[in-house]
Amino acid sequence: MGDPSRFGVYGGRFVPETLMAALKELDHAFRTIVPGEKFQAEMQYYLHEYAGRKTPLTFCRNLSRDLGCRVYLKREDLLHSGAHKLNNALGQALLAKMMGKERLIAETGAGQHGVATAIAGAALAMQVDVYMGEEDIRRQALNVARMKMLGARVVPVSSGSCTLKDAINEALRDWVTNVETTHYLIGSVVGPHPFPTLVRDFQTVIGNETRAQVMEKEKKLPDAIVACVGGGSNAIGIFTPFLGEETRLFGAEAGGEGPAGKHGATLCRGRPGILHGTYTYLIQDAFGQVLESHSVSAGLDYPGVGPEHSFLRDAGRVSYHPVTDQEALDAFLYLSRAEGIIPALESAHAVALARHIAPGLAGDDVLVINLSGRGDKDVAQVAELVGDAL
Amino acid sequence: MISRIGDAFSHQKRPLLVACLVAGDPDREVSLSLMREAERCGADIIEVVMPYSDPVADGPVMQKAMQRALRAGMTPDGLFSLLRDFRTSSGTPLLILTYANIVVQRGIGAFYRDARAAGADGVAVADVPLEEADPFCRAARESGIDPVLFVSQTTSPGRLREIADRASGFLYLVAVLGVTGVRGSLNAGIGEYLGKVKEVSPLPVVPGFGIGTPDQIRELARAGADGVIVGSAIVSEVERTLGDGSRAREAVGAKVRELASALR
Repeated sequence: MGDPSRFGVYGGRFVPETLMAALKELDHAFRTIVPGEKFQAEMQYYLHEYAGRKTPLTFCRNLSRDLGCRVYLKREDLLHSGAHKLNNALGQALLAKMMGKERLIAETGAGQHGVATAIAGAALAMQVDVYMGEEDIRRQALNVARMKMLGARVVPVSSGSCTLKDAINEALRDWVTNVETTHYLIGSVVGPHPFPTLVRDFQTVIGNETRAQVMEKEKKLPDAIVACVGGGSNAIGIFTPFLGEETRLFGAEAGGEGPAGKHGATLCRGRPGILHGTYTYLIQDAFGQVLESHSVSAGLDYPGVGPEHSFLRDAGRVSYHPVTDQEALDAFLYLSRAEGIIPALESAHAVALARHIAPGLAGDDVLVINLSGRGDKDVAQVAELVGDAL
Repeated sequence: MISRIGDAFSHQKRPLLVACLVAGDPDREVSLSLMREAERCGADIIEVVMPYSDPVADGPVMQKAMQRALRAGMTPDGLFSLLRDFRTSSGTPLLILTYANIVVQRGIGAFYRDARAAGADGVAVADVPLEEADPFCRAARESGIDPVLFVSQTTSPGRLREIADRASGFLYLVAVLGVTGVRGSLNAGIGEYLGKVKEVSPLPVVPGFGIGTPDQIRELARAGADGVIVGSAIVSEVERTLGDGSRAREAVGAKVRELASALR
C-alpha cells in the first residue's frame, strides 16, 4: 500500500495547517464509523427508503436501434432530488452527525449539490449554509428557491469570478473559522484527502448496482461506460467497480466553445497543479494562476478535476474527451425526443460522447450511459439557447 | 550559513515587527516604494506576498490586494526582480509568502534557488502543512532559504514538535481560527498557547493573522511572542489610498510606525 492520500502522484492535502486536525478527524471517522453496523444500517435506510435506490437501469429501445448497439441508461435522474449528488450528501451528512457536528456547509455551482445538502440537512435536522457564486445565483434561480424552501441559507459569494471555484474557496474559509462545530460537505471527488476517497465510496453505489443489473440482464459485463466529468463524482461512482475489468471507460468533459474558445476540459487541455487542496489537472496560466472555466452546464464549469481522474487519465485506463456546448445541447434534445427522458445538461455531455463512440461498437455490445441527473433545472436555459429550433 | 532572519531575532532584544505587503500592489513601482517606507518606519522583517488566484487562507483585504497585483501583471519573475531592486539598498530580512501552486509551477527547486538569488531569506507556503512539507523544506535548505512553517491552535503537541524540527527562521503561529484580516480582539487562550509552543520550539515564535492594533501587539509581546506579523492592517492602507502613490507611502509609513512603536 502506498500513501492513502495519493492516486499515483495526484491528490494530497494542500491546506492551511489550521485544517489538518479536521481532515485527520474526518479521515479517522471515515475509517472507523462508516464500516460500522450502525452507520451502514442508517445509510441503507436513507438510500433505499428515503432516496429511492436502487435506481433503474433502463434498456433504451430507440437509442439502441439508432446507435446500433445495446444502450442502457443508469437512471440517477430518478433518485430523490433528481441527481446522483444525494448519495454523497446523505453519506457525509450522516457521518458528520455521528461525529457530533451540528452544522453543514457546502458549495454549489448549478445548485444540485446545494439542494442535495439542503435535503440531507432537513432529513437529519442539521443547519445548512450553502456557498454559491453571485453569478450562479443569478443563473440558477430555481435551485436557489429550492434550497431556501428546504431550510438552508444560501450565502452569495462575490469574490474572484463569482462561480463554483470561488464558492469552494469561501466554504474552505468558513471551515477554517468554524472547524470545531462544522463539517464541510464537499460535493465532488475533489479537495484534500480524504474527500476524493470519501465521496468516491459514497458514489460507488452507482457502479455496484450497474454491475449487478447488467449481469442480470445481459449475463456479461458492459463493453463500454460513458459518464460526464466536471469534478467527476458520478463518473468515479460508476467506473470504480469496473476499473479491474475489460470494460472500456469514457469520460465526457466540458469542451465549451470548442478548441479555440473557453472550456472546462481540464483533463484534455489542462496541466497538473494545486487547487483546493489537491494536486490534479487544472486550467491555469503559465505561472500557476487558475483560470476561469466555461461550460453551458454549470455543473461542469470547474477549472479542476478529481485527482483520481488525473491518475486514470495518465494511466490510460479512462479515455477523456471534450464535448462542446453545441454537441451537449443537441444531445439534450436528442435524448428528450428519442426516449422521452430530459437529461441534465451535464449528463447530456455523456449522451453526446456515447453518440460518438457507438459507431465503433458491435451490435451486441453493451453500452451504459450514466444519466447523472434530470434536466428540469435546465429547461428554461435550453429553451432560451435553442430558441427557434424548438 | 548565517540566516538573516535568525540573526535578526538573536540580535534584537525586543519582539520584531514583520510587516506584510503584496508584491506588485497596486503596481510594481509603488510596491517597491512601500517596502522601503515600511523598512524606514520600523519594520524589522518584510513579508512579501506573491499573489495567487485562489488564496484560501486569506480574508477579503488580502484577496483584493492579490487581485490588484495580478491585474497589474505580477508574476514570480516580477517578484524576484522587485526583491533584487529592494536588496540593492537594504539588508532587512525578506520573507516570501505564497501558495503551493505558484512554487510547483516554477519547479520547487527553481523557485527556492531564484528566491535566494533575488535576496529572499525565507519562504512560507500557506497551503503546505507538515504532510506535504518535505520537498519544499528540502529545496529551501539546499538553496539556503529558511523554510518558515505554520502552527495553529488546532496543532497537537506531537505534531508541533515535528513541525518545529523541520522549520527554520521562525515558527508562524496562526493566531486565529480563520483567515487573515484584523479582528476586534485576539482569540481567547492565544497567550497560553503561545507559551506551549515556545516550550517545544527552539525557534522564535511569531503570531500572525488577525493582528492589527498596537494593543494587540503589546498583549502578544507580554505573552512572550518573539515578534508579530501584521498584514491586512497595513495592506488596507494601500486599498484606502489607491491611485495616489505618495499618499499610499505616507499611509503605510504611518501605520507601520504606529505598530512598531508598540514594540519599543
